[in-house]
Amino acid sequence: MPLELLVEAILAGVLLGGFYAAVSVGLSVAFGLIDVPHIAHPAFLVLGAFGAYLLGGYGIDPLLAGVLLTPVFFLAGLALYRFYHAVFERRGSDAGLRGLAFFFGVAFIVEVALILAFGVDQRMVEAPYIGRSIALGEMRVPIRMLVAFGVALLLTGGLAVYLSRTFTGRAIKAVAQDQTALALMGADPVRIKQWAFGIATGTCALSGALLIIIGPVEPGLGRLYIGRTFCVVVLAGLGSMPGTLTAGVILGVAESVVLTSLGASWAPAVAFGLLLLVLAVRPTGLFGR
Amino acid sequence: MNELRRGLLGRGAALLCLPVLGALPAAARAQGGKPIRIGLSIAQTGPLGAAGKSGLLALQIWRDDVNAAGGLLGRPVELVVYDDQSNAALTPGIYTKLLDVDKVDLLIAPYSTNLTAPLMPLVKQRDRLLIGNFALDANAQIRHDKYFNIQPWGSPREACAPFFMLARKLGAKSAAILAADAEYAQNIAGAARALLPEYGLQSVYDQNYPPNTVDFSSIVRTIRAKKPDVVFVASYPADSTAIMRSVSEIGIGDSVKLFGGGMVGLQYATLLESLGSMLNGVVNYHTWVPEKSMDFPGVREFVVRYQARAKQANVDPLGFYVPPFDYAIGQLLAQAVAATKSLDHAVLATYIRDNEIKTIVGGIRYAPGGEWLAPRIVYVQFQGIADKNLDQFRSPGKQVIVAPDAFKTGEVRPFSQLRQSN
Repeated sequence: MPLELLVEAILAGVLLGGFYAAVSVGLSVAFGLIDVPHIAHPAFLVLGAFGAYLLGGYGIDPLLAGVLLTPVFFLAGLALYRFYHAVFERRGSDAGLRGLAFFFGVAFIVEVALILAFGVDQRMVEAPYIGRSIALGEMRVPIRMLVAFGVALLLTGGLAVYLSRTFTGRAIKAVAQDQTALALMGADPVRIKQWAFGIATGTCALSGALLIIIGPVEPGLGRLYIGRTFCVVVLAGLGSMPGTLTAGVILGVAESVVLTSLGASWAPAVAFGLLLLVLAVRPTGLFGR
Repeated sequence: MNELRRGLLGRGAALLCLPVLGALPAAARAQGGKPIRIGLSIAQTGPLGAAGKSGLLALQIWRDDVNAAGGLLGRPVELVVYDDQSNAALTPGIYTKLLDVDKVDLLIAPYSTNLTAPLMPLVKQRDRLLIGNFALDANAQIRHDKYFNIQPWGSPREACAPFFMLARKLGAKSAAILAADAEYAQNIAGAARALLPEYGLQSVYDQNYPPNTVDFSSIVRTIRAKKPDVVFVASYPADSTAIMRSVSEIGIGDSVKLFGGGMVGLQYATLLESLGSMLNGVVNYHTWVPEKSMDFPGVREFVVRYQARAKQANVDPLGFYVPPFDYAIGQLLAQAVAATKSLDHAVLATYIRDNEIKTIVGGIRYAPGGEWLAPRIVYVQFQGIADKNLDQFRSPGKQVIVAPDAFKTGEVRPFSQLRQSN
């Protein structure tokens, strides 16, 4: 493979990896930190994408739409967790497949609601940075991928700072380690987990906007992202924000280089093979403790 | 009456069916006898849902027409429909239920090759008549003598030969092939590979991509580096959109004279509207477009009636690709049943095999394998497409038929030339 093509592939992979990190960051909080088997995470991403599409109809930029919808998603996350806690966690029936089945159900409801509201056609949005590229020498880089990478940096960086520098953030990390100890310190673990789940769902608004910026969406698209987002979170080390970005970039670069050199068919095999390899060497993931 | 029931995994379909469940239409109720039940699964959700919904609407229009005219054999016609969710794993189970539990009288195949292929062994084993619904070469291995495809493609080789004739006309010497790793795309890409030497084309790139590929920038870069004259793409709707976007952003290179081929999705209204000028220069297959050479008796009237109902039903507002042919499926069954006065599958199959079927997409005669005896796939080139204007596609001159000669309404122009003038 010519050096120029390799450099282009690596750059494209880094940008793609940023996108993977952005769509996985909420799951990293929900599944990685508070142990909620949030299989509906990709469905909320698609919901965020359709939210951006809807607001796009009023001339609102998809990224701005994502920001505007974040508080709405945050509140929805608070309510959803409260329901999940009352029905499953409090009764101790969240273990095993039951919690998973609940979130599967939520994902289906979201998907069907989107079908009823928008139909099954693929939807896209328009923005000045979609369908255009910038030239870096001989290379042409899609601007939408740069946008996705920038948002990924903001999301993972912002969450990393929040989780390590604020009282609530540290409480979220604490609840992941020892709920009883946190309760003894005077904090309510349920409220902390509810807050964390709200954050996880809130990120879906912005990440969902990225989803529709990167490509067309249809209500069932979330199914394609279940494997990929869980792969990033597990590879990262559960709950690690820098790890999520790193894992996303590793998967993105691996996929892009393989697409360019070995051939497109090999891309998923190499990406998931990489996951198995890393887990064999470091079972807790790249940044796991 | 339309009876849309739950699929095996039910969920989405359960809600989807609510608006259409109801009693038999009054005209049909007035007819005597037990309804003739026609069973099918057709995607109402998932990646194929857009085409599936428009196809189902066309079948419902046909059902309403036939019931208003007194039904078949004096009996009302009823559709028994399941949503297969675009999931090929579900179709054998759905059709087993249609046969054994619902006990339908006639069968229509699900939309698309991927969903029809796993069904063929069952249909052959049970020796049932099956009308294929846009399945490419689904009967090639099974050779079932009671299978007839409504799609006008013929074999994969016949389907993509006109594209390579255009390549020859443009003086192309090298070709790249990019195909999705799925049944339809592999069938047509296989035929394209076989045709390259016959048309004097050297293969410089030949790759399959997995169906969940997110971004095609790397693939487009690699193809550009190979400097092909022709790029043949066999893709599905989401991929087709992502590929066109990457081509627009990255560029495919000035060497490319012909781009497109077998891209599913570039016939759907929503994608046509969204992609707009990104489509200029692409040469892609189609089944029907509003060009003069496609004026078959009744087709324009059908499209007008479809478009009126499509708006209300929130489905593809143009309806050029699948709906006329799905309406023709109903006409095919109606003609065979009326002529033979029978619902016996062997009798019906013999009639369809031996007679011309008159439909709104023209007369159809079938070859022994169940494909059209005289395939009539057309290749259109997008010319002069503007952004954000769906109505432009309703007029001739935007999707110019460039092959085959029998239906040609304009000359093919080099891809790179139309992109530069874009």
